[in-house]
Amino acid sequence: MRIKRVAAVAMMASLALSAAACGKEGEPTPSAGGSASGGAQSDTCKSSGATFTPKTDAAVAGSPAFEKIKAAGKVSIGVKFDQPNLGYKDAQGKRCGFDIEIAQYVASTLGIDPAKIEYKEIASANRETAIKGGEVDYYVGTYSITDKRKNDISFAGPYFVAGQDLLVRKDETSITGKDTIKGKKVCSATGSTPIQKVRDEGLTEPNNIVEFKTYSECVSQLLDKKVDAVTTDDAILKGYAAQSPTELKVVGQPFSTEKYGIGLPKDDKALRDYINNQIEASFSNGTWQKIYDGTLGLSGSAGTPPTLERY
Amino acid sequence: MGEFFRVLTDNGQLFVDGFTNTVKLFLIAAVGSLVLGTLLGAMRVSPVPALRAFGATYVNLVRNTPLTLVFAFLVFAVPKLDVNIDYDDSAAVALTVYTSAFVCEVIRSGVNTVAAGQAEAARALGMTFGQVLTLIVLPQALRAMVPPMMSVFIAMLKNTTIAAGFSVLEAGAIPAYMAERGEPQFAVLLWITIGFLILILPLVALQRILERKWRVAR
Repeated sequence: MRIKRVAAVAMMASLALSAAACGKEGEPTPSAGGSASGGAQSDTCKSSGATFTPKTDAAVAGSPAFEKIKAAGKVSIGVKFDQPNLGYKDAQGKRCGFDIEIAQYVASTLGIDPAKIEYKEIASANRETAIKGGEVDYYVGTYSITDKRKNDISFAGPYFVAGQDLLVRKDETSITGKDTIKGKKVCSATGSTPIQKVRDEGLTEPNNIVEFKTYSECVSQLLDKKVDAVTTDDAILKGYAAQSPTELKVVGQPFSTEKYGIGLPKDDKALRDYINNQIEASFSNGTWQKIYDGTLGLSGSAGTPPTLERY
Repeated sequence: MGEFFRVLTDNGQLFVDGFTNTVKLFLIAAVGSLVLGTLLGAMRVSPVPALRAFGATYVNLVRNTPLTLVFAFLVFAVPKLDVNIDYDDSAAVALTVYTSAFVCEVIRSGVNTVAAGQAEAARALGMTFGQVLTLIVLPQALRAMVPPMMSVFIAMLKNTTIAAGFSVLEAGAIPAYMAERGEPQFAVLLWITIGFLILILPLVALQRILERKWRVAR
């Protein structure tokens, strides 16, 4: 008897629940963006379509690093893995993005098949150590060229010039640059240089500054309308915009300059010059443009190759 | 050694802001979890089966959930339901909800140290449940609760650092800032440890005072 009664109650409860669910479904959804969960729709990696055939006659006279790569028949490259369309590894373990393809292009010019690349995920703080210790042959991953770093390693490039910018929702009209974020909630990685700049220059009020460990958490909050803008280098922001081009856009008024270079062992001038030549070739023969358009360019922001800075 | 002190003096404002927020968060969550935890504890020792079941379910559910997940639920899942809670409030709620489960268990174990005969004797004298609890059981139980309760609160003080990952600029966020400013991490972490030791000292002193106050000859 008792069991029957419990069953009846349960049945009624489930009926009531399903009726409620129906009612909810009929309602107009409050916003299209609200339901999107930060880029789950394009988590799988797609290449830009550029192909890299390894150079068979690659030779760099007087470069110990090149000799090492040639003897091993493979190259190990330090990369990022958590930046969509820039340096990313998808759920299947496939890698893609602007930095990744630049790394593959450079490998092909050194005579290495992109399939023979050994990727190593090196955190930003450990990059110099990894290059100095020979753990990676070179590093491609939002690596800003600075004089301080040049004391430890060398840079080829820049292959991209980034700048601090703002990522906003597609329908945002009131945010047009760094001086329009007063009173808006602005998000970035905890303690990162961009958010310290926002705090120090008073671009918005301290209680409007929002910090999370990763940019993807910021982007999720942006889609859920809990913050109004995400700030960091535009290269990273374009990657997220390319992931959800119908919901996000990059403002496009950068207010700093970060030159991304390829981190190389210090004092291997022969290799540095060789890679600089190859980067320059990619600027003029359209390879760079093809890589950009197929990755970061999906965000809707155009990009042009930078000017090389040899030293 | 000069370098060690320079780290603090150069970034004094950051340390002050960080630890002020830590203390604020701690005080709010301490009061909140003491109230909620006491209520839950009362439920778990009450004569009403439904309340006991609710208390037990709450404790088993919340105590077995990692605190980071409680935070993540409030900050990332709740906004999907179109409910908007401020980040500071989310942190206070998460800490309160989580710590309450532990406070509840401390209270229950304290109550259980009082021999059943005491409550039976009180009931035999015609006292109500409320009277039994406030006049007979709790005064004896409090004594046993002090040391574990302080451990719960000291753990909670340190748990506040999880809020750094959820947009609260408190002591736990200082290392990230300092790394970006190129300060030596060893000195930074040492200063944060010293900061927490200073914050914990009053709690230890309070424990000693309470223990002395409620001490009885057995």
